[in-house]
Amino acid sequence: MTYQGWALILLFVAMTTALAKPMGMWLFALYEGRTTPLHRVLGPVEHGFYRLAGIDPDEEQGWRRYAVHMLLFNVALLLLTYLVLRLQGVLPLNSREFSGMNADGAFNTAVSFTTNTNWQWYSGEATLSNLSQMLGLAIHNFLSSATGIAIAFALFRGFARKEVKGVGNFWADMTRVTLYLLLPICAVYAIFLIASGVPQTLAASVDATTLEGARQTIALGPVASQEAIKMLGTNGGGFFNANSAHPFENPTALTNFVQMLSIFAIGVGLTWCFGKAVGDTRQGWTILAAMLFLFLLGTAFTYWQEAAGNPLLHGLGTTGGNMEGKETRFGIAASALFAVITTAASCGAVNAMHDSFMPLGGMVPLFNMQLGEVIVGGVGAGIYGFLLFAILAVFVAGLMVGRTPEYVGKKIEAREVKLAILAIAVPPLVILGMTALASVLPAGLAGPLNKGPHGFSEILYAFTSGAGNNGSAFAGLTAGTPFYNGLIGIAMWLGRFFVIVPVLAIAGSLAAKRYTPATSGSFPTTGGLWIGLLVGIILILGGLTFLPSLALGPIADHLAMVQGKLF
Amino acid sequence: MLTDLKTALRPAIVLSGLFAALLGIAYPLALTGLGQLLFPHQANGSLIRDGGRVIGSELIGQKFTSDAYFHGRPSAAGADGYDASASAGSNLGPASKALVERVKADMNAMAATGQGRAVPVDLVTTSGSGLDPDISPEAAFYQVDRIARARGLPKDVVRDLVKSEQDNPLLDFLGEPRVNVLALNRALDRMAPVR
Repeated sequence: MTYQGWALILLFVAMTTALAKPMGMWLFALYEGRTTPLHRVLGPVEHGFYRLAGIDPDEEQGWRRYAVHMLLFNVALLLLTYLVLRLQGVLPLNSREFSGMNADGAFNTAVSFTTNTNWQWYSGEATLSNLSQMLGLAIHNFLSSATGIAIAFALFRGFARKEVKGVGNFWADMTRVTLYLLLPICAVYAIFLIASGVPQTLAASVDATTLEGARQTIALGPVASQEAIKMLGTNGGGFFNANSAHPFENPTALTNFVQMLSIFAIGVGLTWCFGKAVGDTRQGWTILAAMLFLFLLGTAFTYWQEAAGNPLLHGLGTTGGNMEGKETRFGIAASALFAVITTAASCGAVNAMHDSFMPLGGMVPLFNMQLGEVIVGGVGAGIYGFLLFAILAVFVAGLMVGRTPEYVGKKIEAREVKLAILAIAVPPLVILGMTALASVLPAGLAGPLNKGPHGFSEILYAFTSGAGNNGSAFAGLTAGTPFYNGLIGIAMWLGRFFVIVPVLAIAGSLAAKRYTPATSGSFPTTGGLWIGLLVGIILILGGLTFLPSLALGPIADHLAMVQGKLF
Repeated sequence: MLTDLKTALRPAIVLSGLFAALLGIAYPLALTGLGQLLFPHQANGSLIRDGGRVIGSELIGQKFTSDAYFHGRPSAAGADGYDASASAGSNLGPASKALVERVKADMNAMAATGQGRAVPVDLVTTSGSGLDPDISPEAAFYQVDRIARARGLPKDVVRDLVKSEQDNPLLDFLGEPRVNVLALNRALDRMAPVR
C-alpha cells in the first residue's frame, strides 16, 4: 500500500460526502415535483409525453396501483429489448453483420437490463450491433435507474405522509427523474468522456496495420453516450466485453475517478433526500455514515490484499502487487477501490477482472453484494434496501427495550416487519438455492474456468451478482448456456421485483399511519449507538447467511493458496 | 387489480415507445453529432495515421514480439492477444495452475534473452482488457538492455528515451506512472530505424 493509494481513497470518500447534499437537494426537488430551471427546456417534452400517453401526473396512486403500473412498464420494455435482440440480424446499424441472439440469450439479456443488473453472458463487441446497444440496452440504463429512484421516492412518502392512501404517481416520478436528472447529467458527462478519448461514432470498427505489420481490427461505436448512463445509473453493462477496463470505455485515471464518483453520486444524494423528506436531515447523514463506515472497512481490506500480491508469483521471482487482470494506468489502489465501489453499489461495472483478485480480495466484492448492496447501493435500490434493514434494526431495538418500535415518526408494526423480512430473505434464498443446484448438476459444473474452490466461487459469485442485480462477474464462468441464462435470468427477476413489491407494500402501509412524535422513551435513530446497531444487524445477518458458502469458496481458496496448492 | 392493469396499458406502451425514441435514438445520435463536431479525433478512436494508413490507436495496445521493440503485457484478448475486437482478461484465479505455468514460461523466455530474474509483475500478468496500452516504467527499463543490443544503441540513449516517454500521475496520486508502448516504439523507430 502507498500513501498515494490512500490519498486516492480518502479523496474519493471526501468528494462522495460533499456530493450528498447538492445531489440530494436536486433529488428532493424532483421528489416534491417542484419546477426546476430545466423545466423551461424539457417541460414541454414532459407534458407532451403525458398527453400522448394519457397520464395525469397529479393522480395519486395507492401502492398497489403504483406497483402494477411499474411492473407493466417494465414488462413492456423487456419485450421491446427481447425483440430488438432477436431481430438484430435484419435491423439497421449492423455493419459487422451479427445475427440475432438466440432465445435463452435474449431472455437473459432483456431481464438483465430491465432489472438494472446488466449481467452480460456475451461479449458486447463480438455479439451486438450498434442499434442493439443503443435501442435495446441503453434505454434500460435510464429507465431501470429511474424506476429504482421512483420506488425510493414512494417509500420516502410512506414515511413522510400521514394517514393517506397515495404514495405518488409512478409515471410522473419516473419521467421527471429521467428528464431532469439522468438525461442532462449524461449529456454533459458523455461530452467529457468523448473529450477524454471514449469513442462516439456509428462506425462499428476500423482496421489498422500495426508496427509489426499485423492486422488489428479495432471495435468502435457510440460508446460515450452509453458509458455515461452505465455509471450514473449504477447499471454497469459495458459496451465492450472488458467493461471499464477497456481503454475505450475508461481511458485515463481521471475518467476512472469520475466514473467511480458517478456510481455513488445519486445513491449518496438519496440518503440526504430521505432525511429532508422526513423532516430531519440528520437521519440521512446518519445512514450515510453507517454506509461509509462499512465501505471503508471493505476498501481497506481489499486494497491490503491486492497490494500484498500473489505469493505464488513472488516465489517465481516477480516483484509487485497482484496485477493479473488489472490495467497499468489504474494500478492496484484504483482497481481495488473500483471493485469495492461497484459491488457496494449495485453497479457491476469493472475496471479490473474480479476473478483474478486475490481470494480474500475478491471476497469483499462478493460479500458486499451478499449484504444486499446497501452500502450506498444502486440508485434507489440502495436506500430502500437500507431502510429495510433500518426497520429490522428498530424492531430488534424494540424487542430489547420492550416498546413498540418507531422510525422517523412512524410506528413499525408486525406487517412492516414481516414485509421487510420477506424482502430481505428472498435474495439469499435464490442465491444459495441456485448455487447449490449449479454445484451438483452437470450443466452447472460445466461452467467454471478455474478448478477447485475458485470454481465454486465463480458459481456463487454469478448467482449473487444476478439476485443482487449487480451484474459484475467472476468472468471465467461460461455463462452463455441455456442452463445459466435461464437460471440467472430468473434470479435477476426475483431479486429485483420480489424486493420492490414488498417495499411498495411497506410504503402503502406506512403512509396510512398516524404521525407518532418521538418521546424521551423513543430509541434515537441518529448518532453512534444507532450506527453501531445498524452496522451490526447488516453484518450479522449477512454473515450468518453467507459465511458457510464463503468458507467453501474464497476462504478455502486462500488457505490452499498459502499452502502452495495449485488447482 | 384489474382496473390497475387496464389503466396501465396505454401509458406503458406509449411511454415505452416515446422513451425508446428519445433515449435509444435521439440521445445517442445527438451526442454522436456533437462528438464528431467538437472532438473528431477522440470520437473516432484516437487513431494514429502514418501517411494516411491507420497504424493503430493511441489508447489500444498492440502485440510486439520483435527483440527490437519494447513488449507490452501478455494479453488474453483473442487467440493471439491484443485482438481489439475481442477484449478480455484471463480470468485465472491466483492459485490457478494455468496462471503459474504461464508466468513461469514467460519468465524463462525473458531469462533466455538475458534480462535478469526480478521481473516487474506487470510484464508477466495479463491486463483486464487484454488491450492495455501501457507498461510500468520499471517494465520498460527492464527491457532496455535487449533493445539497445538489437538496435545497436547505447543503453543510456534508450533509457533516456523511456524517461522522456513516461507519463506521470495527475496531482501525484491520480493514476500510475506509465509508458505507452506504441508511442515508445514509434519514438524508437524515429530515432533509430531498424534496417
